[in-house]
Amino acid sequence: MLEQSYYSKADEIISQHGRTQKALIPIIQDIQSCYRYLPAELLSYVAKQLGINEAKAYSVATFYENFSFEAKGKYVIRVCDGTACHVRKSTLILDKLYKELNLSKEKHTTEDMLFTLETVSCLGACGLAPVLTVNDEVHAAMTPEKVSALIAKLKEEEQ
Amino acid sequence: MKLLTRQDLQKERVNAINKIKKQNCRILICAGTGCLAGGSEKIYNKLKEMAKEVEGVTLEFAKEAAHVGVHPSGCHGFCEMGPLVRIEPWNYLYIKVKEEDCEEIFQKTVLRGEPVEHLMYHQEDNVYQEQESIPFYAKQTRLVLKNCGHINAEDIDEYIAAGGYEALEKALFEMKPDDVIAQITESNLRGRGGGGFQTGYKWKQVARQQEKIRYVVCNGDEGDPGAFMDRSVMEGDPHKMLEGMAIAAYAVGAQEGYIYVRAEYPLAIKRLKMAIKQAEEFGLLGEDILGSGFNFTIHINRGAGAFVCGEGSALTASIEGERGMPRTKPPRTVEQGLFAKPTVLNNVETYANVPMIITNGASWYHEIGTQGSPGTKAFAITGSVNNTGLIEVPMGTTLREIVYDIGGGVKNDAAFKAVQIGGPSGGCLVSDNLDVKLDFDSLTKLGAMIGSGGLVVMDEGTCMVEVARFFMNFTQNESCGKCVPCREGTKRMLEILERIVAGNGTLEDLDLLEELGEAITATSLCGLGKSAALPVLSTLKNFRKEYEEHVVDKRCRTGNCQAMIRFIIQPEACKGCSKCARNCPVNAISGKVKEPFVINTETCIKCGACIDNCPFGAIYTEN
Repeated sequence: MLEQSYYSKADEIISQHGRTQKALIPIIQDIQSCYRYLPAELLSYVAKQLGINEAKAYSVATFYENFSFEAKGKYVIRVCDGTACHVRKSTLILDKLYKELNLSKEKHTTEDMLFTLETVSCLGACGLAPVLTVNDEVHAAMTPEKVSALIAKLKEEEQ
Repeated sequence: MKLLTRQDLQKERVNAINKIKKQNCRILICAGTGCLAGGSEKIYNKLKEMAKEVEGVTLEFAKEAAHVGVHPSGCHGFCEMGPLVRIEPWNYLYIKVKEEDCEEIFQKTVLRGEPVEHLMYHQEDNVYQEQESIPFYAKQTRLVLKNCGHINAEDIDEYIAAGGYEALEKALFEMKPDDVIAQITESNLRGRGGGGFQTGYKWKQVARQQEKIRYVVCNGDEGDPGAFMDRSVMEGDPHKMLEGMAIAAYAVGAQEGYIYVRAEYPLAIKRLKMAIKQAEEFGLLGEDILGSGFNFTIHINRGAGAFVCGEGSALTASIEGERGMPRTKPPRTVEQGLFAKPTVLNNVETYANVPMIITNGASWYHEIGTQGSPGTKAFAITGSVNNTGLIEVPMGTTLREIVYDIGGGVKNDAAFKAVQIGGPSGGCLVSDNLDVKLDFDSLTKLGAMIGSGGLVVMDEGTCMVEVARFFMNFTQNESCGKCVPCREGTKRMLEILERIVAGNGTLEDLDLLEELGEAITATSLCGLGKSAALPVLSTLKNFRKEYEEHVVDKRCRTGNCQAMIRFIIQPEACKGCSKCARNCPVNAISGKVKEPFVINTETCIKCGACIDNCPFGAIYTEN
């Protein structure tokens, strides 16, 4: 069971979008941007409030890649592996990040809940390839060296 | 301030033009995603601050007191050179501008009208002062992207001053809905999202439905990796697209519109929201637009990370709050689309073409492009090319002009190998195709497609088999799983390709790939599956030899396929110190001390520990 504040937040978001099925995706998107993940309890709650079947809500939430039932780190790093970035060796950037953060294809979030590492198929900033984003902020023309510097800087800010 | 009549809009246009004329110096700082990433916001803030100080002071170059307009503009397209700053009335374009350069720009250009040469584009001793003279721009025909980079993307007045909403005005007061459809049909505007379907025909179909509730939907789910033209229009000239949608709504009798934008484009969503709000305040969207009796409102839906939602029926399902899966057709979207009502569904660039066709007429439009595909096309040119960015050229422009004249040739003077056009649903074009005139029909003949317009240039150092595997991996990931050919077929094709790049493929695998590819193309439910095999089939056709090298010789000529790299000890250089063997994690190296050692390629995992440890530099790799 989540704290009451989560449900009040959900109520607030629901009231902005209305209680219809077409509001389901916008509502859970807002919840996710608020908490950086979609708590499963809230999905069930939203389904009930919207008068739709819980299984249905679950099927929608699991279909789209953006929704995550797992809590994410404070900094969500998304490495673009679109064609342009791939051709300009984005794999090296990703490998460097795996190493720096001690993460793997199976493990996306660091123990201290500071970093989550994901790949994305295209950020549309192909002219600056290879790119990555940290919480929507674009970092252009990345190199493994710039990756180390970036992580060091973020870690430093935390201390 | 609400504009209640047509005359109000015309008055507003005069005011807006005057407002711009007063600015005797206009500084346009690119605020597209690319330049923002390069720090253009800081440049904007700094110049804005500096401009305040000279407001109302007489400048050396101007007779009147200064009104310096500092504006965030949309994407100029020349992303490689960002952050970009354009300064009017001289049309200087400053490239790779840093915060430290602001002082010089201000002192020289803004106060005295002089160019800052070291910030200008150089090519072989030539300095290009004016933006329009730079080869990258000179060879383009920017119609859809005309305003991108030239107006403040966040100010509706700037769009109105540039002739914005003139087309909507003309449609509402001088044309009947049928006239609008007739005009668009005659122009032969074809869908820029990839299919190339005739827009006018779509609109006509919707207009003749019995059902009176209709919708206009804009597909801004630009998911093809390597394409970002729609993003630039949404970010740089959002009103143009809104105007196009409003005209479509008027033509087919719709009152509500939806824009579906991918979640990866937060800036586009922000600018569109801003634009819709401004248009509503001006009465250019909403109830009784300009007193014409026509009502139209627009909603924005954010995508949630499913590539398949670029497909029409999946997109409408997603707006309805369902899983974004395509359905069997008929009924088609024009009959039963969003909420099972007749729906016009076009993409961003298509809508952005509409206003100029209405303003200038269909015959004007036919003067541009080719007979079968009139107009222009925006392409995102990326990969191994000198000038990456966003360009717009007339249909029928050759690939050579795009890659060499505009793109400035292949990066580092490497040899041109291929261009992947249309992303994971497209095919590749090779050097033999460099002089083909690109339009919808010529590309279909070559087994490729324009798709959304992503052009990824690849040089000799790119392995085409690995590229095919990359695309198949993408499509397989994004397959929604509804129909068997796509769900299972792409998975098997990916397995085969992975086998080949790992060095375990056979010649039979190539035939199997072809057979599977053809079956998936013929039997899949939607466009995603139908085009999924295209990158593989087209690389197989054009680069079969490269595939054969992978499966027969177990060799990748580019060295891209890691598994095929061989580590070899040069016997002459090896002193037999055994350091490599001691450091090999899998005991793949053997030999007698003081005699040359040998690497067993079967056991070797290509970690490179031996190379790092050899004190004599005796170990090398071979592709």
